[in-house]
Amino acid sequence: MRVRIWGSRGSIATPGPDTQRYGGNTSCVEVRLASGELIALDAGTGLRPLGVELEKEQVRAIHLLLTHLHVDHIEGLGMLAPIWSPETEIDVWGPASPIVSLEDRVATYFSPPLFPVNLSEVPARIRFHDASETEWTIGDSRVEARAILHPGPTVGYRIEEDGRVLAYVTDHEPALGTDLESEPPEWISGFALAQGADVLIHDAQYTPQEYERRVGWGHPSTEHVAAFARKTDPGTLVLFHHDPMHSDDELESIRDDVARRWGVPVERCVLAAEGSSFDV
Amino acid sequence: MREPPLQHNLVLILARNFASQLATAVFLVDVQGTVIYYNEAAERVLGRRFIEGHGMRLEEWTTAFFPSDAAGNPLSLEGIPLGAAILRREPAHDVLAIRGGDGVDRRIEVTAFPLFAHTDDYVGAIAIFWQPPGDG
Repeated sequence: MRVRIWGSRGSIATPGPDTQRYGGNTSCVEVRLASGELIALDAGTGLRPLGVELEKEQVRAIHLLLTHLHVDHIEGLGMLAPIWSPETEIDVWGPASPIVSLEDRVATYFSPPLFPVNLSEVPARIRFHDASETEWTIGDSRVEARAILHPGPTVGYRIEEDGRVLAYVTDHEPALGTDLESEPPEWISGFALAQGADVLIHDAQYTPQEYERRVGWGHPSTEHVAAFARKTDPGTLVLFHHDPMHSDDELESIRDDVARRWGVPVERCVLAAEGSSFDV
Repeated sequence: MREPPLQHNLVLILARNFASQLATAVFLVDVQGTVIYYNEAAERVLGRRFIEGHGMRLEEWTTAFFPSDAAGNPLSLEGIPLGAAILRREPAHDVLAIRGGDGVDRRIEVTAFPLFAHTDDYVGAIAIFWQPPGDG
């Protein structure tokens, strides 16, 4: 499968001279399966430029996998050009709340006063699928969703095709209330998704100093990311959901810190950069 | 003892994390009723370290602590609050007597309830218990 980063910024879009190397669009990752299907991971502002590309290619079947419904992960949905065509079919997967369906939750965002058009007025044929603890197939790939630790219903994804594995575990605070170093794997949030993945895309929002004032906000420190990587042993760790207050230079310091704590060369620990792509 | 799953449901992970921070006794079982965690406060009331009780199956722990009612009549799983949570998927509360792993008889007050990750997704059950004032 081929992966392209369209947005890797956390919390809020952050354009400007300090974020040019790694980008300012919020979460969106394109996955092209070897079998041809298109998967979009999250619908942050990076979904808009991806939609432009899909319009050029006249792609009319999209699998959109949402991790959760915080605004930075769904605010690009209304600007996804293909949804304004009745020929487009979109399968949207994401977490229901314990009592409200995914469709009803998305409709809350996709309606006035937050958005000028109601979800029911969108011409594309959209099918919603609750994906809290689910496995299914897309093309020749097997996709697994599991709930992970973040405020509100949130899932991560594991996509396996031809024996290769991509894990997407953003917005994740696995060390909340626990010590990852001493914890057995079965008690670590996200472990089953990330274990042995060829590529793990994982939240790396805070430095340890920043985390001290943001415990419970749903994101890890570099110390936690490194501990999680040591436990799950991915081939390559892609640091994601960059803090909007971090400049490109600060992100590179964060990458070096994670690699040092994890004990691997920096080549195995890379920063998600908008526009970059790689094969899994 | 069964092999542990690759990873527990997030609701169980959160329940265990919460319990591990509490000074009140908490007892956690999985969907099969197997003991997957109890905290330090529970170790004191049960007179047994978690490391000794970890992985006890339903039929083991329901008899290991000799639960009985106020008149001293033995209680089966159906008769204790955690049994109601496991068997009927209902919350329940009661006062009962147990004999701890240390051989000490204790009266405890128990509230138990089932854990649902979603409306129809039962993942386990939890019991919170304490010794009534004056009994501890």
